[in-house]
Amino acid sequence: MTLVVSDEPKEVSLLDPPKRRVWGPQAAPAAPERVPEKATATLLLVTVLIIATCGLVYELLASTLASFVLGDAVMQYSTVIGVYLSAMGIGAWLSGRVEGGVARTFVEIEIAVALVGGLSAPVLFMAFAHLSWFRVVLYAIVLVIGILVGMEIPLLLRILRERYAFKDLIARVLTVDYLGALVGSLAFPIFFVPKLGLVRTSLVIGGINALTAIGSTFLLAEDVKPHKTGLLARAGLVLAILIAGTVGAERITLLAEEGLYADEIVYAKQTTYQRIVVTRGRSSFQLFLNGNLQFSSADEYRYHEALVWPALAARAEAGLPTRNVLVLGGGDGLGLRELLKSPGLESITIVDLDPGMTALAKTMPLLRNLNEGSFFDPRVHVVNDDAYVWLGDKRNEALRYDVVIADFPDPNHYALGKLYTTRMYALMKQHLGEGGVISVQSTSPLFARRSFWCIARTMEKAGLEVAPYHVFVPSFGEWGFTLARAAGPAPTPLIPQKLPALPFKPKYLDDPSLRQLFVLARDMESLEVEINRLDNQVLVHYYEAEWKRYL
Amino acid sequence: MIDRRDFLTTFLGATASAVACKRAPPSPNLVGELGGANFERGHRLREPELRAKLAGPLPVEKVRVAIVGGGPAGLSAAWRLLRAGVRDFVILELEDVAGGTSRGGESAVSRYPLGAHYVPVPGPEARALITLFDELGLVEGREPDGTPIIAEQVLCRAPEERLFYRGTWYEGLYLHAGASPRDLAQFRAFKKELAKWNKWRDPKGRHAFVIPLSRASDDPEVLALDAMSMDAWMRARGFDSPRLRWLVDYGCRDDYALSLEQASAWAGLFYFVSRMGADSQSAELITWPDGNGELVRRLAGSVGDRLRTGMTVGQIDDDGTLGVLDRDGVAKRISAERVIVALPRFVARNVVTSLRGREESAAFDYGAWVVANLHLRDRPTSYGVPFAWDNVLYESKSLGYVVATHQAGRDHGPTVWTWYYAIAEDGKPTREKLLKATHRDWADVAYSDLAPTHREFATLVDRIDVFRWGHAMTRPRVGARVALAKASPATAIGKLHFAHTDLSGVALFEEAHDHGVRAAEEVLAALEIASPTIR
Ligand SMILES: Cc1cc2nc3c(=O)[nH]c(=O)nc-3n(C[C@H](O)[C@H](O)[C@H](O)COP(=O)(O)OP(=O)(O)OC[C@H]3O[C@@H](n4cnc5c(N)ncnc54)[C@H](O)[C@@H]3O)c2cc1C
Repeated sequence: MTLVVSDEPKEVSLLDPPKRRVWGPQAAPAAPERVPEKATATLLLVTVLIIATCGLVYELLASTLASFVLGDAVMQYSTVIGVYLSAMGIGAWLSGRVEGGVARTFVEIEIAVALVGGLSAPVLFMAFAHLSWFRVVLYAIVLVIGILVGMEIPLLLRILRERYAFKDLIARVLTVDYLGALVGSLAFPIFFVPKLGLVRTSLVIGGINALTAIGSTFLLAEDVKPHKTGLLARAGLVLAILIAGTVGAERITLLAEEGLYADEIVYAKQTTYQRIVVTRGRSSFQLFLNGNLQFSSADEYRYHEALVWPALAARAEAGLPTRNVLVLGGGDGLGLRELLKSPGLESITIVDLDPGMTALAKTMPLLRNLNEGSFFDPRVHVVNDDAYVWLGDKRNEALRYDVVIADFPDPNHYALGKLYTTRMYALMKQHLGEGGVISVQSTSPLFARRSFWCIARTMEKAGLEVAPYHVFVPSFGEWGFTLARAAGPAPTPLIPQKLPALPFKPKYLDDPSLRQLFVLARDMESLEVEINRLDNQVLVHYYEAEWKRYL
Repeated sequence: MIDRRDFLTTFLGATASAVACKRAPPSPNLVGELGGANFERGHRLREPELRAKLAGPLPVEKVRVAIVGGGPAGLSAAWRLLRAGVRDFVILELEDVAGGTSRGGESAVSRYPLGAHYVPVPGPEARALITLFDELGLVEGREPDGTPIIAEQVLCRAPEERLFYRGTWYEGLYLHAGASPRDLAQFRAFKKELAKWNKWRDPKGRHAFVIPLSRASDDPEVLALDAMSMDAWMRARGFDSPRLRWLVDYGCRDDYALSLEQASAWAGLFYFVSRMGADSQSAELITWPDGNGELVRRLAGSVGDRLRTGMTVGQIDDDGTLGVLDRDGVAKRISAERVIVALPRFVARNVVTSLRGREESAAFDYGAWVVANLHLRDRPTSYGVPFAWDNVLYESKSLGYVVATHQAGRDHGPTVWTWYYAIAEDGKPTREKLLKATHRDWADVAYSDLAPTHREFATLVDRIDVFRWGHAMTRPRVGARVALAKASPATAIGKLHFAHTDLSGVALFEEAHDHGVRAAEEVLAALEIASPTIR
């Protein structure tokens, strides 16, 4: 931590005109010739240590929290630390403006730090959940804490100067200050974050500041005399607020999560693999995985019809039946529902990573009704494994499918990004039977156009002929898919002209709208992109960059 | 009993030790084993009774070629012989499994390395190695310059590496966070120096730093780098940025078990430049869950029952006669038309009769390594960028850990981390501590090193298996390269042909392979078997 010492005599004489100076080389002889009470002086140095530690922890708290909720740790750390340090500079400068009542001002500032710093993490979490201008709150809080913390040491220096005749005063204070920074920087990752979490850490550190305020009031009793009771009362009040907050921290974190979703949470569970949340609104319900919307019951039929039927239609148009289907991901069972309606279907193998997800789709009434109990159909075989690992497994090498459907969450991190690589598509291709067709959920061609085309081009690179298409899903916006089959001469075009003969009418698709899916307007047209490989994972970077604009 | 604080301080430094000592030591139920090269069989080599046992009249087995040592060098020699149609040979390996310092282990969770963990994508000069990779199905094509295009699934999956610094993980190995313009300028200037050396050619058109080293230049300008330390080289160029020096020091520790001050400038530059492509970007890495264990397993697989494990070769005479003890200590003699001695130099000089008693060249100085495999029930939480294949700690003396399940694509659930520690310190006290240490002492070092870097780490570690490599690899100290050239240890003696990575002065799979192939081709020539060279 860098400390700006504005009350170094030389600097003060530059900053402040002599007439306004209340202390300094000239003022020093006028200071009361008090005998330095050794104990008090030492205790004041301990105070320096504590406030330095707390100061650093606030800085780390804000940075960590910001990188948690916003991602891009380097960016968050740099900006938060930058704002914080410059705010400290402002604080140090402001401290020079304080004229009388230095001790009292110091205690007041301590109380203020306790309140603002102590509540910083809970307030920021709530702000992120509830406000669209989270960053404004973030930097405002960082600025305020920085200014207050920046005032602490200079003020304490002035108090100490009256008591200490030591010429190495600044050296001592700075030593202790840097030591405090070390303590803070070690305690934060090693103790506070793992043991208490961010919200509690913030409240506890605030409490320590409040206690320091109380301690300093007693320590500097003589200097703050007329205000002693008032100071103690305020510090006590802040302490009480923080204690109440600590007790309720559990509820605050939950509150914060609730605020992330538009509707009431009816189910929330952290499995080994992901956080599953189901929310329920007035007339529909939604499924979220790690905070990302997977579907809304109001319009998911558009998505799932578009995921499944073009592939089945392409098969039918080539004069081929679809008997054997492999579904990768799609643990909600909604794609299964569509597939099971296809005449002549004999078996579906579904490979989904999370047994927690497939079990929920089987047992939760909301979901089970929506997927029409598809997991209970004897033609459905569930495998809980990573689709990448399962497809690459030698034991599954000989398995062949008429249709492969990949319905994975969007590639927002590397573990998902690998499911959209040339290697993965080459594996899918290997598992296609004669005239086999692939359909891949490909994120939004409008909001994430580069990502969408990266998926299509990557599939091509893996030796597939592709036909990208899209559908409008109100709760998602424009959504994209890619239809594909092994490249090479084929009897019929890949893009189907009509649905297969069905004993029922789909809710959304008919022949003209099927053809419409493959019409991509100019704002969704192809772009120059790199190929997504296991060893570069460019898609994750494209995706992050594109969605960041909308979040 | 070793003092915990003292031990931790020796291997992790005072700060980390103080932090670790404040918290409880790893819980007593932290199980695991202490493994290493087979001491008992290795020690037999020094006992006088061995010579007596091997001196008397013994049953003799005749073979055409005997390969002594089943590490990458010996296995590569066997592979080369098989390619030439030679089937009458044996490989004699002391351990119960082949692979030497490249072998791996396996558990219900994953395969994992015990030593070597990767090979960079070879450049066009490594012809024999590319032939091997092609045969193993790893090569999908060639770049115009001859560099092989390697199958995606064996190239290290992104993200390749991350760096832990003050509570947060950052992308890459160079600490960009907080770098000053001066740091960055030096980093750029350093890369420029590397690029310059990458472009450098001697009058014969040879590279300064290239793998295999048999293709490298011996120009005085290159050899001059052997006379100074990497530290001196950097200082002379004003490279004093702490994070740049850290990066180079890390490289030296990682590849050589030497610090920046100990490694020669030749070695320091070799580390970076030898794995650069024509575009001066570092080559991608080839890896498997068990590191190079995959390569030796597959090589050993193709040799079949010609590989005989548990065989201690105690004597090798120039005329091709071997004195061997089997697993039960029963002695016998093998008489071969030709012998390939694929042993580490420190063993060869005790076993090869005509090397015994000779003064050893300063080129052969060995470093020790400790490798710990940690089984974790689940993935702990860490701050900053997500798990990479290689996870390095900026402020630790260890080399961090590699995630064994990364390359398999398993991103959830149980995993194995392979933690590396190269002992760069010289001097007896460190060596003694290394030898006296128990499983628990080392498990404690690995644990204390990693616990502060992840949340919930303590509750997730199931076991820590420690593997100790006493003579892990030869080290390219200042002057080693010139000394090695003088000793020319690869020159055949009588019917004996030599192969081992030690003969290159750096420990690399590619060098072991090149020596194995060379020695095999020498044997083919000696046996008058026509087979055009593949090197
Ligand atoms: C911790 C560690 C990490 C490493 N990481 C890498 C890496 O990432 N990449 C890389 O390229 N290299 C790495 N290396 C180096 C690499 O392992 C070696 O370069 C390679 O294994 C050398 O092969 P070799 O055949 O020359 O020798 P060795 O592997 O040493 O094989 C020699 C064989 O001889 C056997 N033997 C010894 N004595 C006798 C006897 N008396 N009779 C019969 N047999 C005997 C031994 O048991 C052994 O199997 C690493 C090494 C270590 C220790």
